[in-house]
Amino acid sequence: MAEPMKIRATMAGDIADIKVLMNHPMETGQRKDAKTGQLIPAHFISEVTATLNGKTVMEAEWSGAISKNPYLGFKVKGAKAGDKVTVAWKDNTGATNSADATVS
Amino acid sequence: MNMLRRNILKGASAASTLAIAAGLFGTGNAFAAYNSAAFSAKSVADALKGMGASAPTESKDIAIKAPEIAENGAVVPVEVTSKIAGTTSIAILAEKNPNPLVASFKLENGAEPYISVRIKMGQTAMIRAVVTAGGKTYTAAKEVKVTIGGCGG
Repeated sequence: MAEPMKIRATMAGDIADIKVLMNHPMETGQRKDAKTGQLIPAHFISEVTATLNGKTVMEAEWSGAISKNPYLGFKVKGAKAGDKVTVAWKDNTGATNSADATVS
Repeated sequence: MNMLRRNILKGASAASTLAIAAGLFGTGNAFAAYNSAAFSAKSVADALKGMGASAPTESKDIAIKAPEIAENGAVVPVEVTSKIAGTTSIAILAEKNPNPLVASFKLENGAEPYISVRIKMGQTAMIRAVVTAGGKTYTAAKEVKVTIGGCGG
């Protein structure tokens, strides 16, 4: 279940530009299986947190309306090269994943 | 897996499944309580109410970058930048989605008032950004025309 997550964090001036790609089906719970006609159960990332050197910088709540294999971009001021960025998510089934990267 | 599927199908709606999931897994970890009231709301007004942002002020200081025409509603890139000082949260709504609230982001400890995500849109609609700054809420919207919906099979 825990597929790798890609994070890239680069400095632009004194702002770290952080881009994250996650692997997740992001089912809304409103789509039907083409073969059986049954609703495909909802399965999506509901919560995402990002920390910089252990300090929380962003907390997000998502619905199933975020696209499949979600992309997330955000910026943090006052970061510097070598800082550690960690991004963690939890989905509506309770599965979790996290990954970290070093700001460059 | 099949058992899980049965259980999930029994749920009356995605919202109730979510509530159950939140009840089972929502305690004892670093994540904040999921705002299921706002996310399961079926209208923009109810979603805003669930977020505690019933009457946001229209603001020109919120920039929404999104395509005018999205060929594929399953992947609509949206960027929200707020120029309002002291922005602490940004929420994104797609007004005509079955559940309009798409995502909300809380920003702290130096995070810039900027968010970039890709969202799904069921049909042509306004994308609305709701920004909280200094205890007040502000909003801006931009229309995105969708030629192929991203929800439903």
